[in-house]
Amino acid sequence: MAALGALDSRDLRRVIGDGEGVPDGEVEGLSEADLLELHRQLVLLRTYDERSVVYHRQGRIGTYAIFWGHEAMQVGSAYALEREDWIFPSYRESAIGLLRGLPAATILSWWRGHPAGWWNPADWNVASICVPIGTHVPHAAGLAWGKKLRGDSACAIAYFGDGATSEGAFHEGANFAAVMRAPLILFCNNNQWAISTPLSAQTAAETLADKAVGYGMPGVRVDGADVLAVYEATREAVARARAGEGPTLIEAVTYRTAPHATADDPAAYIDLERVEEERQRECLGRYEAYLRRLGLLSNEAAEAVRAEAAQLMRDGIAAAEAEPPADRSLLFSHAFADPPASFEADLAELRRILG
Amino acid sequence: MAELTLVEAINDGFHVELERDADVMVLGEDVGRAGGVFRATAGLRDRFGPDRCVDTPLAEAGILGSAVGLCMAGWRPVCEMQYDAFSYPCLDQLITHVGRYRWRTGGAMAFPLVVRMPYGGGVRAPELHDDSPEAYYVHTPGVKVAIPSTPADAKGLLAAAIRDPDPVVVLEPKLHYRTLRGEVPDGEHVTPLGVARTVHAGDDLTFVAYGSMVPLAEAAADALDASVEILDIRTLKPLDEDALLAAAAKTGRVVIVQEAPRTAGYGAELAAILAEKAMLDLRAPVVRVTGYDVPYPYWQIEDAYMPSVERVVDAARKLLEF
Repeated sequence: MAALGALDSRDLRRVIGDGEGVPDGEVEGLSEADLLELHRQLVLLRTYDERSVVYHRQGRIGTYAIFWGHEAMQVGSAYALEREDWIFPSYRESAIGLLRGLPAATILSWWRGHPAGWWNPADWNVASICVPIGTHVPHAAGLAWGKKLRGDSACAIAYFGDGATSEGAFHEGANFAAVMRAPLILFCNNNQWAISTPLSAQTAAETLADKAVGYGMPGVRVDGADVLAVYEATREAVARARAGEGPTLIEAVTYRTAPHATADDPAAYIDLERVEEERQRECLGRYEAYLRRLGLLSNEAAEAVRAEAAQLMRDGIAAAEAEPPADRSLLFSHAFADPPASFEADLAELRRILG
Repeated sequence: MAELTLVEAINDGFHVELERDADVMVLGEDVGRAGGVFRATAGLRDRFGPDRCVDTPLAEAGILGSAVGLCMAGWRPVCEMQYDAFSYPCLDQLITHVGRYRWRTGGAMAFPLVVRMPYGGGVRAPELHDDSPEAYYVHTPGVKVAIPSTPADAKGLLAAAIRDPDPVVVLEPKLHYRTLRGEVPDGEHVTPLGVARTVHAGDDLTFVAYGSMVPLAEAAADALDASVEILDIRTLKPLDEDALLAAAAKTGRVVIVQEAPRTAGYGAELAAILAEKAMLDLRAPVVRVTGYDVPYPYWQIEDAYMPSVERVVDAARKLLEF
């Protein structure tokens, strides 16, 4: 295993050790069942991601944004939330709804460009996948603020990457949340690359967590490949949010070892030796090693979890592919609650010409 | 009925709608303590509290973006953009999310938000306090756009926008905020979206206008020795196409008056509809009197930019002689 210090480790919170010089820690309040559930969720997301890349190569889904190696950030943070709390994913967290029971078929349909990929955010408290960069941060701020105004205890979490911190929407959303003392967790998945642009070309700040100072909120740095450290940091941010103390910026640091998306070839811009080195410390392997050191994970149990996730994906893609072709009338169905009269004429003409 | 200025009518409408529906909230720059730079939201903070009339940070995309989240939390936010041209930062949210989010959820979630702003020139203001940006908004799928020209409609269209289940952008003619007075119904008053208003019936020629160009069209009609039909579009999207076609068919001669720059402006859409659907009713080409394709000028020469009575009269005479 590569040394844990491969990343800039300034103030980087960690719980999981390396089985050698760095000792394992533990998170208070997590039972053995919690630890195994975290494992199950990591495997679920890992399996979703690996199968999706295969499905893309098989032509069964469209272009797909890979999140291999990012599972600990998603699982650890989401596990610190209650069901009433809202999740605002970017495309890098496209499958995070699985952790709330959102069917794999729905998310796969989204990547298949089929309207069956629509979901009602209020059914899962998971907002729609945000494709443009960082523009959902103000949505999460508004939701959190709006819940607080209603006296609800719910908070929100917005996921975004290191590149998003350069966007105006990130700044406006973070500032809004801080001014309104909105119960929001700003979760930055700093994988150090925005497609081909390295973090050094994105910011002159020493760390992204430092940006929190300018908004008057705490900034926390955590090892993004350490699911327990991510969980613990998020749990503290959630407690602050519920106590009325406002938002927290969490910078989870990792390294993108997969292409940005299936349409990307990182060989043109990334050091592949560094990628190989970083892959050695990927989050699922580290967590499994941790569980084994604790004697909590047997080969049989790990295999059963993988088999369950694989079956979920087989069922999911089968259900997505069984969706009947979308009717053309859906073009006009949902843009307005109260559609203009012209839509009816447009649809009639479309049917007359194309059938 | 009370006689109110246009901005007083908007303020009255706010008081009525916030009283009627506890989910309605107002947010924007200086809308609370100051009551808005034009006083459109005066008294709301005192009456309904700082949580329902919110002074926000100076961030237009943040205002509209957080309004999306407020809708998800069950609010009906009304966002003020302080001036027309200062609304441009919010276009990102409008185009990428506001107009798409309902569609993105398969119609499951509603986004009943309002974006309102003072628009237009002629007020001797610094640069970027004078724009007519309606085409940007009209061109955005998933949003509706209304522009009142009278105090009664300013109150009624605001109420309709607030009550509408879809996002609505309302542009208010700031030139006439205080120069135009009119009878305004007391209490609840709704002007339905999608219904144009015949300002004046006539037989020889039709003026089609909206917002601050409606009083201008009336002045031009007064200056002509002809019987002029004047149609106030009121809702640019959804357009009352039947009213447009009827007003055109009545006279066969149509002048469209638009303050915004000419190319791809809303007047071009009106002209295209007439070309597609009114050809046999027309006796002359449809003409537009518009602003020019230039940045809105410094105010010492803004009168040369703005459509004037003289330019509308000139266009009308050409049509009458065609």
